[in-house]
Amino acid sequence: MTLLMVAILNFILFRVIPGDPSSLLLGGARISVTPEQIEAQRQSWGLDRPMFPDQVVDYLSATMQGDLGYSFKFRGRRVADLILERLPATVALVGLAQVIAILCGVMLGLYAGWRRGGAIDHITTGTSLALYSTPAFWLGMLLVVIFSTALGWLPGYGAHSPGAVSGSLDWLLDYLRHLALPVAAVALGLIGQYVVVARAAMSDVVTEDYMVTARAKGLTNGQMLMRHAFRNAMLPVVTLIALNLGYVVAGAITVEAVFAWPGIGGLTVEALNARDYPVLQGIFLLLGASIVVANLVADLAYGLLDPRVRQ
Amino acid sequence: MTNSSQDNVPLLEVDRLSVDYGLKGVSSRAIDRVSFALRAGEAVGLVGESGSGKTTTAMAIASLLSPNARVNEGEVRYRGKRLPIDDDAAMRPHRWSETSVVFQGAMNALNPVHRILKQIAEPCMLKLGMSRGEATARARELLELVGIPADRGSAYPHELSGGMRQRVMIAMALACRPSIVIGDEPTTALDVITQAQILKLLGELRSRLNLALILITHDLSVVAEACDRVMIMYAGRIVEDGTVADIFAQPKHPYTRLLIDSIPNPASGKRIIRPIPGDPPNLMNRPSGCAFHPRCPSAMAVCVTEVPSFDECGQGRVACHLHRSSQEDKVAVHA
Repeated sequence: MTLLMVAILNFILFRVIPGDPSSLLLGGARISVTPEQIEAQRQSWGLDRPMFPDQVVDYLSATMQGDLGYSFKFRGRRVADLILERLPATVALVGLAQVIAILCGVMLGLYAGWRRGGAIDHITTGTSLALYSTPAFWLGMLLVVIFSTALGWLPGYGAHSPGAVSGSLDWLLDYLRHLALPVAAVALGLIGQYVVVARAAMSDVVTEDYMVTARAKGLTNGQMLMRHAFRNAMLPVVTLIALNLGYVVAGAITVEAVFAWPGIGGLTVEALNARDYPVLQGIFLLLGASIVVANLVADLAYGLLDPRVRQ
Repeated sequence: MTNSSQDNVPLLEVDRLSVDYGLKGVSSRAIDRVSFALRAGEAVGLVGESGSGKTTTAMAIASLLSPNARVNEGEVRYRGKRLPIDDDAAMRPHRWSETSVVFQGAMNALNPVHRILKQIAEPCMLKLGMSRGEATARARELLELVGIPADRGSAYPHELSGGMRQRVMIAMALACRPSIVIGDEPTTALDVITQAQILKLLGELRSRLNLALILITHDLSVVAEACDRVMIMYAGRIVEDGTVADIFAQPKHPYTRLLIDSIPNPASGKRIIRPIPGDPPNLMNRPSGCAFHPRCPSAMAVCVTEVPSFDECGQGRVACHLHRSSQEDKVAVHA
């Protein structure tokens, strides 16, 4: 149901954007194109038929059969193929960044909340707030300037060096070197987010009455942390993780743009510039679907951890 | 007899205990030179209005004061030995094995994400060194002891009623066979009937297990039902200490008398409850002399200037200038 709404909204949104795709299809050079040629283009792409019901019904029935249509820009290529081709790069980028951010951010945040007011708390929380509120693309440009332009340690754009042979160990190392800076740009912002949420959750937990009970029972600090605080503090964090996983397939549009990373985010920008409706619709549908799935995962995980939300 | 010498040392002695709360550099005294003794198996009620220091007293004994509180002077002795109440690690062996606490509003005092059986079994495993199986068996016994079918042990706290949760809390408090149980307003959040059931349960367990009980409450009727002795607290000091029978029959301190008068009593046909006039004292700016003098109907000139000493009076003790002369007479008679 949610997905159907997403699909319909998708369709409407891209139709209200001003600009006629047929002119772009013909390279934007209106002068040398006759009205007949434009009309022929419109007919061949089905743009001459009424938007409702013909175009909508066509779109929905094709989508449901797994046919996302053909790209305007990449003449005749299937949208599904374009997306699948770009997906691995995005999953590698955002997935790796998520794993790093979850490991570092959650640990640091929980520790900061547990030792609230301590030196580590002040440093961690201050840094995290700064990272959390910094736009990822700006962080990305900063990283490029420092590590690529000034120091020359790591490549600043693309996924491969020219002439790399696919499949070899050198190729893999080259890929990872290209991956380092974009992953850092995405991960740093996420670390900030996880620290802020995990710290808030933990500092709520340490003031709970059941922590006083645990202390009264004679538990050591370690026992109190592991047996009573950890799981309760993880509740909001797990929800955030699950929701963030939805964005692993959607890509990081701005960071991918900064690093010319060949992922979904880059594809989105290209498609947007070309008013490539079918590709954009496909990407947005994928994003909608992955967020719906992520929400489901979040609910299920929360239910596993917290007996209060189980039926 | 070895027994008699043990009997002479009280189970718990609180000796001139003072606790300050610090807030932004300003400190205020929550309890001021509180002294009392508790014998094995004895049930004492600690009564007073909000801010009178009754909870601070109990939490200081249990070494559970919040981080901004500081024990300023005095000490607590358990079986004649000083308790390290200001040292969390040194206190650990004592906790739950000797003194356990039944907290107010057991919903929040129980961890919402663990089954109740596990929470009761936890101290048995960690403190008594039982295996998981032994601890679970003990936890099931304890549940039956407080009147909950052992099979309910798989429930989570939110699946139980308020009264049941308080029973779970009591079962948990008994896990390591302590000799003192502190009840921090254990019946405050409960309806009257459940409250009576819980008090009855506490009374039964107390006589069966020879528990000493410190019951903190603002409700004198709770004390009348469950305790042998009452201590009335006002502005961080104990103002009167006596047996339940004495205090209800002949309250000596004017504050105690007003407290008893403010209990609604349908049997007497009295329709109007007499509240105590005035506001609770501000601990940051304590009234001079006897802290109760601004609200006291019998206040005299000396009450404003002089802090009354806490002296023996009849069977109990009282801190009031009204009773000083009689106390001096008695001293004269004894001399």
